[in-house]
Amino acid sequence: MLAGEMGDAKRWAIDHQIKVGEMFDADDLVAISQSHMHVDPESVGEAGVAFLEGLAASGGRVSVPMITDPRGVDLDYYHPLGQTEEMAELERRTIAACEKMGILMTNTCINYQTIMPPVMGDHVAYGDTGVVIYSNSACGARSNFEGGPSAMAAGLTGRTPRYGLHLDENRRATRRFVVREQPNGLTDWGVLGAVAGRMAGSYWEVPAIEGLERVPTSDEMKHMGAAMASWGSTPLFHLIGITPEAPTLASVGAEKLDAEEITKQDLDALRSTFGGKGDKVDVVVFAAPQLSIVEMQMVADLSAGQRFKCPVIVCTSSQVYPDAARAGLVETIEGAGGKVLQGTCFYQQYAREIGEANGWKRLLSNSVKIVNILGGYGYQPALASMEDCVASAVAGEIV
Amino acid sequence: MSTELKCHKGIGEKVEGTALVADDNFSARYDLDRIKGIFSRPQHKLHGQSYQDKILVLNTAKGGVASAWMLHEMKSRGITPKAILFNAANTILAQGAALAGLTMCDRFEDGDVTQLINTGDELIVDPAAGLVTIVKRA
Repeated sequence: MLAGEMGDAKRWAIDHQIKVGEMFDADDLVAISQSHMHVDPESVGEAGVAFLEGLAASGGRVSVPMITDPRGVDLDYYHPLGQTEEMAELERRTIAACEKMGILMTNTCINYQTIMPPVMGDHVAYGDTGVVIYSNSACGARSNFEGGPSAMAAGLTGRTPRYGLHLDENRRATRRFVVREQPNGLTDWGVLGAVAGRMAGSYWEVPAIEGLERVPTSDEMKHMGAAMASWGSTPLFHLIGITPEAPTLASVGAEKLDAEEITKQDLDALRSTFGGKGDKVDVVVFAAPQLSIVEMQMVADLSAGQRFKCPVIVCTSSQVYPDAARAGLVETIEGAGGKVLQGTCFYQQYAREIGEANGWKRLLSNSVKIVNILGGYGYQPALASMEDCVASAVAGEIV
Repeated sequence: MSTELKCHKGIGEKVEGTALVADDNFSARYDLDRIKGIFSRPQHKLHGQSYQDKILVLNTAKGGVASAWMLHEMKSRGITPKAILFNAANTILAQGAALAGLTMCDRFEDGDVTQLINTGDELIVDPAAGLVTIVKRA
């Protein structure tokens, strides 16, 4: 492969994997069952799109099933957001290059809820930190954070360097947290994840969390994981007695670790940095991660018969959208003045530019991940529960 | 007199440059205005400072996968740091450095690299040898 007898694309891919593998002391490569690539055009840029086009033009074709993270432009709805033709064109070129290589444009960061969840012990190469942490923690699959280029390389070779979370020894707990305040609702689970992630603080730490009194739902686990990965660069956590690799503290080596408490004060301290009652709201966003069909129904139920005073953007996957439309949920949300986008995620769709084009600064969301990200994009993000986000959209200020 | 700091074997070419140091973390998506070439996140310790052609010295990488593409995109426009040194890189930044041809090293034997190097120090970074030389102190 490295000699080029399998084509230029695979030669690049294996060379890339050797460089990365050497930095992390990988002994060899491990075969994977799937690859998932983060490939939004804002991140990829003109240079990255040209790079992908080059791989496609050289005959590159994936050798395992490969899917994609959300798009940056909903090609059915971009002018109203202030996105430009140039952005849409970059998106079209990205899609064309990926399709030419046999990549399935699933455009989702909730593939573990909608496409094909990995199974226990499954080696995969996933992009999107939220996808990786959920797949490692809730499913017991094995993936590192694979950035777009590395996911591409893995799709081409069907392998990935065996380092990090592909190895048993790196999946054992390194921190032990005891929850003293039970989360209630999606945002609370996100706040707990963010606090644990910030305390863990590095890709190479694995938190074991005990003290939870009930099993979280898939959506709750999704918000917890996405926030933990965002705030801490954390790729794996164990919930003792809940997640599959951690039936007991001892099963992940956590019984020997000092227990550190996560208290109500810790959770409140994180929340308090994001907005307060009476603050004006320019836009309300439900995204990051994309909404499941269950979350779509929750937003629709809260929106029924209401009239929003500010824009409300709801991002869901290309798979959930048709079901949500068929069930009348899209119509209900849009009837209140909201907009449902499909196959995109707000922070991955030129968030700075659409904020400037629409005069959006004060952004309210129930996603603890998105409020962490958007500060760097010129927003003043605020955090509230889904119920309070909808009520705030109706009131035009944080309730 | 120069000081040598041993680190893990890294990625990219040997480079020389001036250090910009903070006991803080790094994400290209969360922290940077990549067009202006400055740290744009208000809470970042390097907020408002230009990173162009500097050797960034930071604690660790955080957040999302986007940084992998972003380093390549930044490099194509010529607005990048010359190198990034971390106490602990994450996989994303290493992968991004490999595609972009950006110099990156981590895991220093003598302790916290954000304490060992000061802003303004002149450095030579040799990833293949796993060696950073402080040739002149600020």
